[in-house]
This record gives sequence, C-alpha cells and structure tokens, in this order.
Amino acid sequence: MNAWARFRRNRLALVGLALVVLLALSAVLAPWLAPYDPARQSLIEKRARPGAKYLLGADEFGRDILSRVIYGARVALLVGVLSSAIALVGGLLLGVIAGFAGGWLDAVMMRALEILLAFPYLLLALAIVAALGTGTLNTTIAVGIWGVPAVTRIVRGSVLALREAEYVGAARALGAPSPALLRRHILPNIVPGLIVYGTLFMANAILLEAALSFLGLGVQPPTASWGLMVSTGRDVLLVAPHVATVPGLAIMVAVLAFNLVGDGLRDALDPRLRGSV
Amino acid sequence: MLTFVVRRLLLAVPVLLGVVFVVMLTIDLLPGDAVTLMLGEHATKDAVAKLREHLGLDKPFLVRYLDYVGRVARGDLGRSIQQNRPVAAELADAWPATLELTVAALVIATLVGIAAGVASAVRPNSLFDGLARLGSLFGLSMPIFWTGLVLIVVFSLWLNWLPVGGAGSLSHLVLPAVTLALPSVAMIARMTRSAVLDVLREDYVRTARAKGVGEFLVLARHALRNAFIPILTLLGLQSGQLMGGAVLTETVFAWPGLGRLMVKAIFARDYILLQGAVLIFALAFVLINLIVDLSYGLLDPRIGRQG
Repeated sequence: MNAWARFRRNRLALVGLALVVLLALSAVLAPWLAPYDPARQSLIEKRARPGAKYLLGADEFGRDILSRVIYGARVALLVGVLSSAIALVGGLLLGVIAGFAGGWLDAVMMRALEILLAFPYLLLALAIVAALGTGTLNTTIAVGIWGVPAVTRIVRGSVLALREAEYVGAARALGAPSPALLRRHILPNIVPGLIVYGTLFMANAILLEAALSFLGLGVQPPTASWGLMVSTGRDVLLVAPHVATVPGLAIMVAVLAFNLVGDGLRDALDPRLRGSV
Repeated sequence: MLTFVVRRLLLAVPVLLGVVFVVMLTIDLLPGDAVTLMLGEHATKDAVAKLREHLGLDKPFLVRYLDYVGRVARGDLGRSIQQNRPVAAELADAWPATLELTVAALVIATLVGIAAGVASAVRPNSLFDGLARLGSLFGLSMPIFWTGLVLIVVFSLWLNWLPVGGAGSLSHLVLPAVTLALPSVAMIARMTRSAVLDVLREDYVRTARAKGVGEFLVLARHALRNAFIPILTLLGLQSGQLMGGAVLTETVFAWPGLGRLMVKAIFARDYILLQGAVLIFALAFVLINLIVDLSYGLLDPRIGRQG
C-alpha cells in the first residue's frame, strides 16, 4: 500500500488536510473572501457584537474581525512556511555536516547544540527577538532559528545510522564518492522524516508566532496577526470577550490542522516513527 | 551517587557558560544600539558615550563576556539598568511566584495526565479513550495565552468564581496553574497511554495475571512502574515547556514572576536583567533534568549511574 492510500484511510488526517486547504485558500483569496478591508476602522462600531453586519463582530477600532481573521491566515502561513524552510534547510545542512564529518567538528557542533537545546522552549526565540527586534521578517527568522537545533539533531542521528547501514557500506566499497552517497542513499531516507517533522513544525511555528505577537514581540500592528489580535482583545476582555477569543480559535484550528496532517503523514510515510517524532 | 551528581553538575557548567555566551552574543549583534534606545533619540553624543562607558559597552565583546562570567561566578549578576537594583534582588523577588506557578502546574499535569492516560490504556478504544485522545489533540493545539483568556471569561466573568488576575491566594493560583498545565496534561496523557499499553503486552504482565494477581496490582506494581521511565523523561522535557509557558501565563494573569520580569526586560532593553533571567531559567532546566536522571535509578535498578 502506498503512502497516499495509507494517509487516506486516516479520517482525522483528512479532516486536517481539508482544514489546511481551507487556510491556504483563505490566505491566497483573502482580498476576495474578506467582506471588509481588514484595516478599515469604524470607531462608532467599535467592539460591535457578532451580528448580521459583522459576522464575528468588530474589534477595539471597529475593524471587522472576520476579515482580519481571513487576512491573518496569510501572516500565520507565511511565517510558518518560511520559518519551517529556515529550520529544515539549516538543520539539514548542519546535521549532514556533523554526521559526515564526525571527529572534533561533530563533537563541537553537538556541544553547541546541547547549549541551544538547554534553552527552555520559547526562551531562545525570545532571546533572538530581543536581538533582532520585532516585525514580521524578524519573527520569521527567530522562529526558524529556534527550530534549527532540533532538526540538526534528527538529521545527524539519521546520517549516523545510515552510514552504518550495509547498503551504504556496499556503495562506499564500490567507490561511490561522498556527494553521491549523500544524494542517492542518504537523503532519500531522511526526506520522509523531514516532511513529517516539517509539518509538525508548522504547527509549532504558528503557535510560536502567535505567542511572540501576543507578547508584543512579534508581528507589529496594524498587520492582522492572530496572536496580535488576541493581545488587543485582551484589553477589552471583560467588556467584549469576542474580540480576543475569536482570533484565538483561528490559531487553534490552524495548529490542530497541521498537527493532524503531521500525525497522518508520520503514520503513512513511516509507520516505524509512530510515537517517536 | 555523589560522584555522579558532582560530575553532572560540573558538566552543566559549560552548558550554562554557553547559554550566557549565546544570549550576550545575540544582544551584541543587535542592529539598534541599546544605549540610544535607552536614552531616546535626542540624547547628546556625550551622554550616550558616558552611559556606554558606565555599562562597559565600550569594551570588546569577549572582554565583557569574561568579565560577566567572572562576576557571576562570584555571585554578582550586575545591576538592572532600569530599576538600578541588583539583578539578584529582582530575580529573588520574582522567582518564588514562578516556582509556585510551575510546580502547581506540574502537579496538576502529572496527576491528571497519568490518570487519564492509564484510564485510556486500560480500556483502549472505549468512549473515554476516544474523548481523552480528542481532548489531548485540542490541548496540544490551543495557544496557552488564549486558553488563559477563555478561562478568565468563563470562570471570572460569567461564573464569577475566581479572580481575573494577580497573585496572593489559592484562588488566584487556580486559573493560571490550570492554564499552564493543559498542554502538558495532553502530552503526559498521550505518553502514559502508549507506555502503559506497551507494558501491558509484556510477558511479565501476562505471568502476573496468570498467577492470579488482581488487575489493580498488575497496573500499580507492574504496568505503571515500568511505564514511568518514558513518562519521567517527558516530565523533564515538559519542565522546559512549562517555563516557556510561564512567560505567557504570567503575562495573561498579571502573575508577578520571572516570565513577566523577562518580558519587561526585553521591552526596556534591560539586557543585564534579561541575561540574569535567562541564566536562572536555564539553570532550573538543567537542574530539573538532573533530578529526572537521578530518579531513573530509583525506579529501575538496572539503570546504572555511569552518566
């Protein structure tokens, strides 16, 4: 049975995939889907309750929350995809170097990795943001760098294991040069795991972007970021709870979607990984 | 035993040195100048230069790093830039609140997570199992700061049972602790379920059952005890999650702990305070994982203490 057939049998994974497609569509088609301009303010309608005019209500500045949630998908997916790319490419490069080089270089890299992994979750990203400054691009970079150490460790582990595999040894004995070994034998075995990890990382990246933006250290106003929307809604939580809670639902749905797809991919691509990633 | 602890503590030193290095380096690479940001755009060149000199920022990076490490080794974390108080004092004011919050969350997460996981594993694919697994999927996907706000809306605004924020009494602790615990409850429940399911398939469990040991004892004496090793590893890793989550939870509930102090320090560009706070968090993380490693030996005599 091929991977897609296995994936298709997993109902939760299909729900996740449908949600991911929905998110992608709303990100791409935001200008056509959104009923209002996400930046359009209408101060007399501020904190409007959900109703016929504003389906999900209006925020502190009288901006349509539904439109902002739709546009927010752009920020979440953009930051998510780009930071995942940074984490995967960076981790792949470093992991392959460490795994192949071995010796002192590997030892030094692993010690450095341990240091980065000794940062409790979120704190490394906070330190990077403290250095880079805020904004959408810097948030993306911070989230991406935050992901590099874990990917490096996964890739290095696989490279080390594969180097010892008999067929790789056979190819080496036949005189295959390192780049060919890497391309033909090692990378194809790493990629499925990376796809799975990348999908699950998307979920974490969206959460982290939202968290940084919520703290005021990520995406800056007036950009419609879900985490930022929750943060503005927090000030009026007791008079208009919908302003903060509705965008948070969007975050949860997006994270759930990528988690479901990631779990489904893991089971479909590599059943041996079940429970380990 | 003692040699093991001492060796592990010594091994933690380079890690902590590295953490300080990374934090100082990232701050050093800062494109904007911290001093200009502190004094505002209209500060005179003279004032900027003076403050730089006062903070020692005119010296090269490595000199500053060694200087800082040397002072930390003597227990001096420097003075915070904004409050001009010893950083050690600021941290000392804040850490008990964070400890209270994270320990409460860890207790909730462990008790609820393990109970739910065991209940799931005992009757796999039952209604409870299904609900628990669905619940943990949601638990892992909810942004913690949002969960906190939703709990405030429900329990403070609608039901009027618990205070909105602040600290001081047990009722103040309930919402933040539950908020912080939820993602870990989900993780621990998942892990416990699969660990107990694995153990229940083992031969020794079948043997125990065959010789007539009651189901409760099988679970308590055999299944749970052996399932505890992976759960414990997870608890160590979760403590890192909890500390990160504490930053968000403290912000949501105006909880006067290290997390909020750290966010304030970032906003104020108070990098000396920030370094101190990160150092404390990293130290706590290293210590917790040391305790986790030590307790492996207590649970499983086969695990030696070679490090």
